[in-house]
This record gives sequence, C-alpha cells and structure tokens, in this order.
Amino acid sequence: MTREGFERDLQGLKDDVVRMGVQAGELIHRAVDALKARDVAMAEQVIAEDNAIDALHFDLEQRCMRLLATQQPMAGDLRTIASVFAITIDLERMADHAEGISRAVRRLGSEPLVKPLVDIPKMETHIQEMLRDTLEAFRGQNAELAIRAAAKDDAIDQLRNRVFHDLLDIMIKDPQTIHRALELLIVARHLERAGDHLTNVGERIVYMVTGEMRELNV
Amino acid sequence: MQQVMEASRVERHSAAALIDRTTGIQAEDVHAWFDRLHALRGISMTVAERKITAVIGPSGCGKSTFLRCLNRMHELVPGARVNGKVVMDGQDIYRPGVDPVQVRRRVGMVFQKPNPFPTMSIYDNVAAGLKLAGERSRRVLDQVVEQSLHAAALWDEVKDRLNKPGTSLSGGQQQRLCIARALAVSPEVLLMDEPASALDPASTLRIEELARELAKDITIVIVTHNMQQAARVSDFTGFFLDGELIEFGVTNDIFTRPKDRRTEDYITGRFG
Repeated sequence: MTREGFERDLQGLKDDVVRMGVQAGELIHRAVDALKARDVAMAEQVIAEDNAIDALHFDLEQRCMRLLATQQPMAGDLRTIASVFAITIDLERMADHAEGISRAVRRLGSEPLVKPLVDIPKMETHIQEMLRDTLEAFRGQNAELAIRAAAKDDAIDQLRNRVFHDLLDIMIKDPQTIHRALELLIVARHLERAGDHLTNVGERIVYMVTGEMRELNV
Repeated sequence: MQQVMEASRVERHSAAALIDRTTGIQAEDVHAWFDRLHALRGISMTVAERKITAVIGPSGCGKSTFLRCLNRMHELVPGARVNGKVVMDGQDIYRPGVDPVQVRRRVGMVFQKPNPFPTMSIYDNVAAGLKLAGERSRRVLDQVVEQSLHAAALWDEVKDRLNKPGTSLSGGQQQRLCIARALAVSPEVLLMDEPASALDPASTLRIEELARELAKDITIVIVTHNMQQAARVSDFTGFFLDGELIEFGVTNDIFTRPKDRRTEDYITGRFG
C-alpha cells in the first residue's frame, strides 16, 4: 500500500508552513523598518498584507482538517498534522504583532522619537535569527535545533526589559514624552510576544519529532 | 434445596461471579507451526486482566494464529502445533492433562463473520454452550440467556422474539448474539478475531462500546485490521510482523509515538 497522495499533501502542508513563517518574518522586518524610517505608507502596507497570512492560516487549517478526516493519520503523521495546526496559529499571531507594530508607527506619525532606536532593532535581529533556525528545524525535523533556537528568546526578553527601564526613565524625567514612549514600549512588547510565539513553535517541533510534549524556556 | 443449587448456578454465570474468576494471560516464548510453516516465532506477551489488548499487523503476520493459541484452537488445524507456555491463573494451559474443551470454555471466541447456529433459535443459540455442559434447568437457562443477552446489549432488541431463528437478525445483531453465546458459559477471557470487519459503521461502534463495557468484567483480546478501532477500543496494543511481536505498549503510545520504525511504517500505512 502506498500513500502518494497523502505524502504529497503532507509535504505541501510543511512547505506552506515554512512559506507562512518566512512571510511573517518579512512583515516583522518591514514593520520595524517602517519604524526606523518613520515611513507610515510602509506601515500601512504591512497592515494590509497581514490579510494574506490570515488567509494562508485558514487554508492550512482546512487542509489539516481534511487530512484528519480522510486519512486518519497515525503516529508521526498525526503528530505532524497536529503540530502544523498549532504552529500556524502561532505564525499568524506573529504576523499580527507585525501589524501591531505598524499601527504604532501610524499613531506616531511624524512625531520625533523619544530616544534613538538601538535595542528594538536588536530585538528584531534576534527574532529573525530565531525564526530562521526554527523554520530550519521544522524543515529538517531537528528537535535539537528547535530547542537551541527557542533559547534565544531569553535575549529578546532581556532587551525588552532594558527598553522598558530606559523608557520609564525618560517618562519620569519628562511626562510630555509619555505618549510617544508608550508607543515604543508597545513595539517592544509586540516583538517580545513574537519571540514567545516562536518558542511555542519550537515546542511543537520537539513534539512533532520526538512525541514528547515539553515547555521550552521555562 | 434444588432452588438454592440453581440460584448458585445462576450466580456462577452472572457478571459478579465473572469478576472474581477473571485473570490475565501470559504468553511465554510461544511458537506455532502449520506443518513446516513457522507462523509464530517466540511470542512473549502479557494480556492484562480486565483490559482490552489489541493485536495488529499485516495479513499473514500471525495475529490470528496467536489468538487461537490462547484457547488451544490452533491445534485443531491438521498439521498444526504449538510450543511454549500460555499461563492463566499460574497454570500453563498446554501442560499435560489439561482438557482443551475446558480451556475453550474459560477463553471464549468471537469470529470475523457472525456464525449463529443456523438451525437454532436466538434462545437456543445462547443456551447451547450451557446445554452442552449438561445444564438442564429451564430456570437456570432462562436466567443465563437473559443475562448474557443483556451483557451483549441485545436483550431489548430480541426479548419478544427469542424463538425466532438466530439467522433472522441483522449482521450486527448476529455478532452480538455470538458474543452473548460466548458469554453464556462465563468465560474469563474473550478473544475477538476481527469482530466488526463485516459490519457497518454503526454496528461496528456498538461492538466497540460493548467490548469496553465487557472489559469491566472480563479480559479481551481483539485482532483487528482497523487501526482506528484498535486505537479507540484498546488499552494495550501489540504489533506483529512475520510471526514476531515487534512492539507492545500502551495503546496511546503505540498510535502517537511508536518506538519501532516498522510499527510507525505499518500504522501510518507505508507498508502492509
């Protein structure tokens, strides 16, 4: 008995998860670029493009449901489909955070930033590294790489804390900055949450490969 | 006095009595042959008491042969023989002096195709085993037939037509009749060889529910080609391949994270 059609559908799911991850990463990158460049038009574009990721998410979910209903997958196949189901939710949320950053850029408009952007771009760089390794771990069924990638979330959390304290100082010294400082804090929060979603993806990859359900970065 | 004795015989046949007498089975290095064909190659496996154990594997892997070794039915095939131990209650059922008929009474069997005795009524089908064992009291027979049909979840559907032929029932009902027939002699273990493969989905689910219900009182071993059925119904699963037990474990683990590559390949439909 061969299951060529099933194999093809399963591979299609995996390919599209990677595609979705790459797209979510691009949106995060462009949202942070829009902030750096104070480019509201670019931010508007990111907000509009989030819809495409939402559509891909629903499409993947429907394909997972169809395979569950028609193929009765077991063992590794079942774990893969269950993981894809969960991973697409986290990737979709990641894209939502890109949209959230873009909305902050829109609200800031042309107002001057309260401080030069140093740690926020660093956070974004960490996220891109984490995403690259996580997608590679997914593609290569590599649980160890997924665990190593998830470990990078700590650095993102530390940067977010530093951003928070820096902005707090600025707001205390000059309450006139509160509105603009809060927007940057929101951006940092979005990036930190994106890292959390990638950690979740890492946990799903570990489950997919090993069958073991465990929390990473506790 | 006669009533007291009959009451005790009814009690012996009831579900409560079954609980006290049930037991698991330990197969120890079981080999089986059909003439020169070595069909089972050293199976060691424990069948847990009052649990459902599923045996899965591709056609010809020896799963039905293994089942038939558990109640000494394999040796009924001309040229067939068995080596190794099958231990119930601390006693090997293959030791000299054991009456195979008594073993088959303790270890009942239900087959793929429902096979009610064609000339017998529903009542007589269920009562057949007891009558064969010498039971003559109408009162005892009536009670055991009713209890067994209840236990097989068939009573409500047939109570008004017990004298109709067993073959007048639908396929799913016939299979439950066969289960009632097996239960009537108070087995400790019920072997089910693809009990639902000839039934429609609704009847299949009824048999599965029934198996779960029966497993509160007796030990069940089920052979099935239906992976979902094994996953749904059983507590433990053993995967057979080429006469060997490749992997045995808790059903949930076998179907979500099997340890052996061959198990994974079989249950995901990549061979077999």
